[in-house]
Amino acid sequence: MTTPLLPREHYLNIRYGIASWLLTKDHKRIALLYLIGITVFFVLGGAFAVLIRLELATPAGDMVSADTYNKLFTMHGVVMVFFFLIPSIPAVLGNFLVPMMIGARDLAFPKLNLISWYIYMLGGIFTLWAVVVGGVDTGWTFYTPYSTAASNTNVVATGLGVFITGFSSILTGLNFIVTIHRMRAPGLTWFRLPLFIWAHYATSLIQVLGTPVIAITVLLLALERTFRIGIFDPALGGDPVLFQHLFWFYSHPAVYIMILPSMGVVSEVVACFSRKTVFGYSFVAFSSLAIAVFGFLVWAHHMFVAGMSVYAAMVFSFLSFAVAIPSAVKVFNWTATLYKGAIWWQAPLLFVFGFIGLFTIGGMTGLFLAALGLDVHVHDTYFVVAHFHYIMVGGAIMGYMAGLHFWWPKMFGRMYPEGWAKFAALVVFVGFNLTFFPQFVVGYLGMPRRYHVYPEEFQVLNVMSSAGASILGVGYLIPMVYFIWSLRYGKVAGPNPWGATGLEWTTQSPPLTENFTVTPVVNEGAYEYSKRETRVV
Amino acid sequence: MWSGLPLFPEQASTVASQVDNLYFFLVALTLVFSVLIAGLMVFFAVKFRARNTAQVGAPITGSVPLELLWSIVPFGISMVIFAWGATVFFTIARPPDETINIYAVGKRWMWKFQHIDGQREINELHVPVGRPVKVTITSEDVIHDLYFPAFRVKADAIPGRYSTVWFNATRPGEYHLFCAEYCGTQHSGMTGKVVVMEPAAYQSWLSGGVGEMSLAARGQRTFQDLACHTCHMEDASGRGPSLVNLFGSQVKLADGRVVTADEAYLRESTLNPQARLVAGYQPLMPTFQGLVNEEGLMGLIEYIKSLQSAQNAR
Repeated sequence: MTTPLLPREHYLNIRYGIASWLLTKDHKRIALLYLIGITVFFVLGGAFAVLIRLELATPAGDMVSADTYNKLFTMHGVVMVFFFLIPSIPAVLGNFLVPMMIGARDLAFPKLNLISWYIYMLGGIFTLWAVVVGGVDTGWTFYTPYSTAASNTNVVATGLGVFITGFSSILTGLNFIVTIHRMRAPGLTWFRLPLFIWAHYATSLIQVLGTPVIAITVLLLALERTFRIGIFDPALGGDPVLFQHLFWFYSHPAVYIMILPSMGVVSEVVACFSRKTVFGYSFVAFSSLAIAVFGFLVWAHHMFVAGMSVYAAMVFSFLSFAVAIPSAVKVFNWTATLYKGAIWWQAPLLFVFGFIGLFTIGGMTGLFLAALGLDVHVHDTYFVVAHFHYIMVGGAIMGYMAGLHFWWPKMFGRMYPEGWAKFAALVVFVGFNLTFFPQFVVGYLGMPRRYHVYPEEFQVLNVMSSAGASILGVGYLIPMVYFIWSLRYGKVAGPNPWGATGLEWTTQSPPLTENFTVTPVVNEGAYEYSKRETRVV
Repeated sequence: MWSGLPLFPEQASTVASQVDNLYFFLVALTLVFSVLIAGLMVFFAVKFRARNTAQVGAPITGSVPLELLWSIVPFGISMVIFAWGATVFFTIARPPDETINIYAVGKRWMWKFQHIDGQREINELHVPVGRPVKVTITSEDVIHDLYFPAFRVKADAIPGRYSTVWFNATRPGEYHLFCAEYCGTQHSGMTGKVVVMEPAAYQSWLSGGVGEMSLAARGQRTFQDLACHTCHMEDASGRGPSLVNLFGSQVKLADGRVVTADEAYLRESTLNPQARLVAGYQPLMPTFQGLVNEEGLMGLIEYIKSLQSAQNAR
């Protein structure tokens, strides 16, 4: 077998110059613009996390002031949630892959796609400006009346940043929905779609239906804060708990915006490296939709101790247990997919193993919080912090890492160094657990979240957490280095280094701007590995 | 070195063991499922490891019985947890009939407690062992949350509302008291201790105050200072309704609705009297917003509670 050569012409070298990037309508180039944007925000959010963990290494508030600490955890949350996690997989991998996976030359609305990126950056710059001119200290949850009446930080600017970025999310979702409905290749029926597409379809529904609610909520908050119009502040005749209802009506489904695309990645990677179709394809597909629908009905489980009626609490508790089932079904199906597969231990699969293990723990600990009598104790403690980091870092980011490794050769035509990638997967897994597992324990002991100073008996667990965070940080830095290295020195990948099914792998790597020279015709399911002779190019 | 590593909080209330039992069950369940999934994953990944890159997996596409099995069984288990959690929650949410009543006001950044007998304390709460204590909570500014980890209970302190938390302490000692809802700069300094005392020690603590008048007596003084008594006469001959026997009764409103005169209703009717006007009375009462603070309101409520005629006394 000869070493493949990079194709002579592809989407990266077709044009050069800043304008060719900033005015591009190519979904692949826009994906890379997003990749740069979200990486900057990830590094920034990570830097805030580092400072938080350094401060918490000792019980006293000895490194930064209380106000600074409050700004650090707020900006960590705002940046990570709104500017990294929500756009991460959809805007980078989704943008790159949705058209390629369905045999299309671009998204349905290429200009809208570019505008979405500009809106995202505008929102990001607004928020960065708020950070630079002094930060914000409300927590990423912006709870009223603190945010409207008490905080004297840049709440409105940050809120406007979130408001603006929301439109990027809505437009991306809209673009995906139309593209998936209208631009599938001939023969690509709904049940032949890769599960990555199903996951993005479900995600897009949430983005389109949910994001307007947070936009309105942030706007109302800004109105009350700026013009003293009484909406949430009881001193002005408002209702502070109303804010929580509106906020979580978006922000709980937003959790599924973060995790569903990751689940889509897991399905692709598990199938490819097991050389098998995903076990129970239609159950995995429909569980994505079930999560999207039921995800809208559980918001008030964030408010069990905010004085709601016991009967309302029971309804939301019940629904929260119900929404766990489709996630459990997915985990069982992925595990079953491995059975009698031909398991090829490559780095993307290792990240996926990390995802499945950590997501299982994250999901199971969600049951602790859905159980009413237990939530009263652990609500607003580090137990909650640990739980959602298992879902968002252990789940969503692990999936993002898996996807980035899996499709890196497609995006840039070159391989990352496999040995280093396996090492990074291990470091991330170890560092992650050391960081967040102790937080379950310290949370059950009663340590409240968002504490700058804490009682001495919690120190050992906090030191473990801080030590783990430094390992986790290294685990994320290693891929950043070798990914950049691989752009120039990586082994040339060829069209399909994994021997994977899927239309994106039938093209050259990196692909042409128009993706396909001839519109592909599909006549089989998404993962027919066991039927075909596997080609390894 | 492990002596510095606590793994489990003290159990110091009657509900603590109920909450912990559910916790242990869920920890065990998490362990079972995590080991099951991780174990199968590793086992399959090793056993079915590809020998060469051209090898493909078996043509298995799925199994409806298995899908049903791993949907229905987890659903059944989750319903058990749901019912268990709801049962514990009802215990936590419903205080017994006979409780020691304490009022708490959260304010950036302190907790102010008022006892019925008149003692007032800040960031410290003295309670007796073995008797149910109910704390009625509100906030003067932003949302706080009164949290007793050793008792496994907490409740938000929401401005403009009353919430309650109750516990029955089982072991004398000093335990943490935290603010669990983020409230600004000194959020992590809004902490204190709850001191659980033997009944005798508690009695002497109660009587060891500096001769403060009871909360109801303070309320009565406020009642007179604000001239409430000029309209709310005991014999109902004033321009406002008599407040005797009001607390806990059913009140018919001008718009035809009937409400229970609880703490929240009394508070609202003081600050926003026309919101739920009593049937048969003119909307004459001015607002007392700004004239009486949250602690003063609690005194007023306690005073109104004490206005029970002989045959109605509890």
